[in-house]
Amino acid sequence: MGQLAAFIILSAITLVATVVVVGSGNIVRSALSLVPAFLGITGIYILLQAEFVAGIQVLIYAGAITVLILFVIMLTEHGTGVRFRQVNEQVPLGMIAAGALGAFLIATFLTTPWPMATGSLPPYTASQIGTTFMTNMILVFEVTSLVLLVALIGAIVIARRER
Amino acid sequence: MVNWPLEILKAFALAALMFTFLAIVAAMFGVLLERKIGGWIQSRLGPKHIGPQGLLQTLADTIKLLQKEHITPRAVDAAIFNTAPLIVAVAGLMSWIVIPFGTLGQRVLVVRDLNIGLVFFAGMASMTVIGILAGGWSSNNKYSLLGGLRSASQMVSYELPLGLALVAVAMEAGTLSTVGIVQAQGGWLGSLAFRQFPAFVIFLVAATAEVNRLPFDLPEAESELVAGYFSEYTGMRFALFQLGEYAEMFAMAAMATTLFLGGWKGPFLPPLVWFLIKMYAVVFLFMWVRWTYPRYRLDQLLNLSWKVLLPAGLIWILITGYRITF
Repeated sequence: MGQLAAFIILSAITLVATVVVVGSGNIVRSALSLVPAFLGITGIYILLQAEFVAGIQVLIYAGAITVLILFVIMLTEHGTGVRFRQVNEQVPLGMIAAGALGAFLIATFLTTPWPMATGSLPPYTASQIGTTFMTNMILVFEVTSLVLLVALIGAIVIARRER
Repeated sequence: MVNWPLEILKAFALAALMFTFLAIVAAMFGVLLERKIGGWIQSRLGPKHIGPQGLLQTLADTIKLLQKEHITPRAVDAAIFNTAPLIVAVAGLMSWIVIPFGTLGQRVLVVRDLNIGLVFFAGMASMTVIGILAGGWSSNNKYSLLGGLRSASQMVSYELPLGLALVAVAMEAGTLSTVGIVQAQGGWLGSLAFRQFPAFVIFLVAATAEVNRLPFDLPEAESELVAGYFSEYTGMRFALFQLGEYAEMFAMAAMATTLFLGGWKGPFLPPLVWFLIKMYAVVFLFMWVRWTYPRYRLDQLLNLSWKVLLPAGLIWILITGYRITF
């Protein structure tokens, strides 16, 4: 009962905030609305007892990514402008694409047999996540860090060339 | 099964208790302490006239601020402008949830001993900057915007060394829970300040930068930016920014106490007293630094973070990992 209520409230917060993100005519308001959206998702992670992921979500997404987005908006010349159109002439086409994707996702969710594990979670998931990263998921982990490294070097190269 | 209504009621009661207590202790007493210590360091008297030795000065200031008019300038983005101080204050006060104050019998005095305590603390510290950026942008004032931008670049830079220091501590203690970290530390010589000395130094420097205090107070540099991101705020909204700042500074001091100085542990005196002594020692250090050092330039500030603290933190994590494994 409490879980259901929490889920509905958190989903409502997330959905309202994301509608503002894609619909607002003010780009800074869009960026700031990302914060409640990320926090709502954090709440859902906590409901799923994935508290480490929830903490990282607040730290990285709500804390760092949003700040970077706001930073970029405020540094670019016309970014502080309040008039900002998020919609172009291709609304019908976009609606069809979004509807198709939504139908596809809902169909997948409804047909997938979700495993309803009844086992208890370990009380301390952070070290388990670390161990998994260093054993079974080592390839994924290393490739991800390589991608980030490439992005980092690329950013430095672009910044150097402009000078 | 969890009793939901009871849990929610408990959360509200504890939040009200802690926020009231911290608003009074952290902000009011902190401001008074700051002015008194500042006066002492600069050979002045500091506040002296209201109450015995000026003790009631901040109380009078708060009552004055409560009576002031809320001015929302015409050109501001009102919704964001009015929300920004709340974000700063709430994020500053939320950090206190994971701080263990001491023990009472067998119970540890902590609002919630989260098993991700350190991550939660870092997350709340990083939420403050959103309030600052929002306040700076929505004021529609170039000084405020510059203050907000400076704050964003500073906080993004110093969050990394802060996080690295926290990682080193978590590795040494083997847990992310704040209570667990205190329990992992022994008496005086067993406290992590000795075994994790470089992490301690990195944490203190990064914490000073995170709470925008001198020598890292570029976001609100009075001489260049008037007051930076809160130039346009009046009355209680201005006070909320101050409250958030002091709550976060005290939270950083409390966290340094918990992580490096053995938390509530100590001989003879009760645990709560030990915690307060250690916390106020760190607070005094912050104030001492503030009234002694001049302000950094922005490039010096960023260089210190990216070229000194970050490599030092990474190397220290490597050394800590080596020491633990072998």
